[in-house]
Amino acid sequence: MSAIQIIFWFLSALAIVSALMVLISKNPVHSVLWLIMVFFAISGHYILLNAQFLAIVNLIVYAGAIMVLFLFVIMLMNLNNESEPQKNVWMRLAGAVSGGCLLMILVSLVRQAIEINNKVAEMKVGDIGLIGNLGKALFKDYLVPFEISSVLFLSAMVGAIVIGKKN
Amino acid sequence: MPIQYYIILSLALFCIGIVGVLVRRNVIIVFMCIELMLNAVNLLLVAFSKMHHGIAYLTDKTTTTGSDAQLFVFFIMVVAAAEVSVGLAIIVMMYRNTHSVDVNFLNRLKN
Amino acid sequence: MNKLVYLVPLFPLIGFLINGLGRKSLSKSLISIIGCASVLASFVVSVILFFDVKANGATVVDYFNFINLDSLKIAFAFQIDALSSLFLLIITGVGFLIHLYSTAYMHDEEPQHFGRYFAYLNLFIFSMLLLVMGANYVIMFIGWEGVGLCSYLLIGFWFKNDNYNYAAKKAFVMNRIGDLGFLLAVFWLIEKLGTANYADVFAHASSLSSFDVTAITILLFVGAMGKSAQIPLYTWLPDAMAGPTPVSALIHAATMVTAGIYMIARSNVLYSMSEVTMNLVSIIGLATALFAATIALKQNDIKKVLAYSTVSQLGYMFLGLGVGAYTGAVFHVMTHAFFKALLFLGAGSVIQAMHHEQDIRKMGGLKKQLPITHITFLIGCIAISGIPPFSGFFSKDEILAAAFAKNPIYWGLGVAGAAMTAFYMFRLYATTFLGTFRGTEDQQHHLHESPSAMTIPLIVLALLSVIGGFVGVPEILGGHHSLHNFLSSVLTTEVAHESAKNTEYLLMGISVAVAAIAIIFAINKFSKKPELEDATGFGKLLENKWYVDELYDSIIVKPNTAKGKFLKNIFEKNIIDAAVNGVGRMINYSSRQLRLIQSGLVSGYILFMVLAIIVMVLIWVNDGYIYKFFYNLF
Repeated sequence: MSAIQIIFWFLSALAIVSALMVLISKNPVHSVLWLIMVFFAISGHYILLNAQFLAIVNLIVYAGAIMVLFLFVIMLMNLNNESEPQKNVWMRLAGAVSGGCLLMILVSLVRQAIEINNKVAEMKVGDIGLIGNLGKALFKDYLVPFEISSVLFLSAMVGAIVIGKKN
Repeated sequence: MPIQYYIILSLALFCIGIVGVLVRRNVIIVFMCIELMLNAVNLLLVAFSKMHHGIAYLTDKTTTTGSDAQLFVFFIMVVAAAEVSVGLAIIVMMYRNTHSVDVNFLNRLKN
Repeated sequence: MNKLVYLVPLFPLIGFLINGLGRKSLSKSLISIIGCASVLASFVVSVILFFDVKANGATVVDYFNFINLDSLKIAFAFQIDALSSLFLLIITGVGFLIHLYSTAYMHDEEPQHFGRYFAYLNLFIFSMLLLVMGANYVIMFIGWEGVGLCSYLLIGFWFKNDNYNYAAKKAFVMNRIGDLGFLLAVFWLIEKLGTANYADVFAHASSLSSFDVTAITILLFVGAMGKSAQIPLYTWLPDAMAGPTPVSALIHAATMVTAGIYMIARSNVLYSMSEVTMNLVSIIGLATALFAATIALKQNDIKKVLAYSTVSQLGYMFLGLGVGAYTGAVFHVMTHAFFKALLFLGAGSVIQAMHHEQDIRKMGGLKKQLPITHITFLIGCIAISGIPPFSGFFSKDEILAAAFAKNPIYWGLGVAGAAMTAFYMFRLYATTFLGTFRGTEDQQHHLHESPSAMTIPLIVLALLSVIGGFVGVPEILGGHHSLHNFLSSVLTTEVAHESAKNTEYLLMGISVAVAAIAIIFAINKFSKKPELEDATGFGKLLENKWYVDELYDSIIVKPNTAKGKFLKNIFEKNIIDAAVNGVGRMINYSSRQLRLIQSGLVSGYILFMVLAIIVMVLIWVNDGYIYKFFYNLF
């Protein structure tokens, strides 16, 4: 087993275990921290796939900004184990079973799909994930969406302020 | 790595996100699970981008095939950031009015 | 002459339409004129056709294709031959006299009902003409159903009386049973021979297997049983006396009930091919003749006696058919039409004079007040009893002679029936016209002879009853039997019955003597002291008609009623209603339950979304075959 494979399996296991821990943790703060772990694992995958720009952005935007925002809110509300609302057992069971069914079906679909047989996500080939190449594409082909997304940010900011304002 | 591995990993994360949405009542955790699902999709997009790039690279060493998918991921992150800011604002408002983060408190759209 | 044929049924049809549509606006006299004139016109045309047939032979007039199905073609065609022209004369002739009689008899009805009555009568004549004129079994069936309908309508003419409606219903239902047999026979014929035309059927009859012939003839005979009131379908006819008396005379004595005889005589080619059916017909006929005669011995309703007498005489006709004496049967149809119509009309005259009293125990001594009715009624009684030279003698003698040739036992029982006939007819006569009056003062005060519109038909029919027999005088009495010669072209399979001259004289002598003794006995017994009390013992059994009605009631009607009640009360309420209400309740319940899904809880909605995705993926992946998916999965 090559080093890449070892890293891949390690990151995969980390991502799944951390995601499960997000679910299982009673304390919302722990959930946030486990979610950050998931994001780190996914960023690791990005690096493995030679998508360095996205890996960095993922860390900065998600693990940094967004999750800190979550943490702020949770702390603001002073949520902890005791204040965590619990669903009834049947509802949780139904959710788990249906989610499991969905996973099983989709996995079986993947296993049956012949179109992706012998297809490989190349790790060492190409450098499209580098910031220079992506920047060229972004500012040449995707300039208009880029500008529109800045407008989206502005409106989201205004919206958040309006909603959060005390009436 | 074979693309199936990435797909299955993404599916696993996605389904864990769904289960989280279904079984948790804390609206913040639900929101976090949605972020988890978004990230699963992002991972899948990047994996496919590399797959297509690898295929195109065999014939053309200067190809940029696959950069679209990575830009999509970039835009998804942008939208997700905007969504989180608005969503958390709503959650704060809700908490301020009901003193609860239970989604089941929101079962009436009026009043 | 062919151009005239369609006129025969057309006139009564026009009369029906005018009287039926204009019953509210036309005056009574106009209705009478239209009703009688239409039948009289038919009679005139019938006479012309009769002499034409006599001179030139039979003719078939084809009008149009009535049914046109692939290879099956059924024409709307009329066949005028010896048999049908004779029946045309009887129907229109007797029919006209009865129409004339009705104008006086029904005069007290409101104009609207008066018009309705004549419309029905005309419709009946029209249907009856179709029945006898049709050139195939399908046209005959149309007429067959038409007369059944008119019979129903006329029995229930006074529809405000529930009992009359029940009688009408009974007649209709019993006729339907027979009609089913007829219909099946026609289908069978069409299936086997591909045609229903008389000429084609009889020409190809020899190609039928003996089983087919027997089945077809028995089914046809079932039809005849219903229409001609034979055992076991006879009980409707006595009840049919609920209708106005002229209706009883026309439909339930002279014409409709003889449709069965006409049909069998018409199908004589088929019947002669099946020994089984012939025996069945003669046995049923004989049994009916005797059975009905015994019942008639003890009836006290003037019309009931005549009704059972009709059933009995029809039995004789079937006996004649069964032993192969088709001419004799048709001959008896003719003479019976005369004297039984006469007797019914006479009874109607008596009933009207007695203010609608029908019980003979409350009559008596009407001889003086109703002289014409008395004389004509007496002539009818003598004719039906078979005293020479009145018409009944010749026709009955011919049937009995044929029965003797076939089987002496038939003859013996037939003579016994004839003796009973003579006895009960003269019991009726003596109780009604002889002795002293037993009604109320009021009735006696109003006793009077009927108007001439009623007595003229009586006189004409009495005349016919006297001389009607001379068309069929047997050869040993110096006649030529012109009727036999006339009908021989149609009744081709007539069984000749040649007995020694002495034997035939002896048979005639015995039957006449027996009848005469019965007559004298009856007059002696009943003219002085009629039976006024209810009968006891065996007589009670006869008075109650052998309890056949009660038997039918308990083995057929009551179980069906019980079944109907069960279905109504148990099945419908507990199963059908429960199912219908259950559907409503189930929808109500399930919507209440489904409503809970719309809880407003986001996670619930998402759960259903996920489940829906699972289902959709399953369907999409497997082209709709879910088992295939599981097969691939494991």
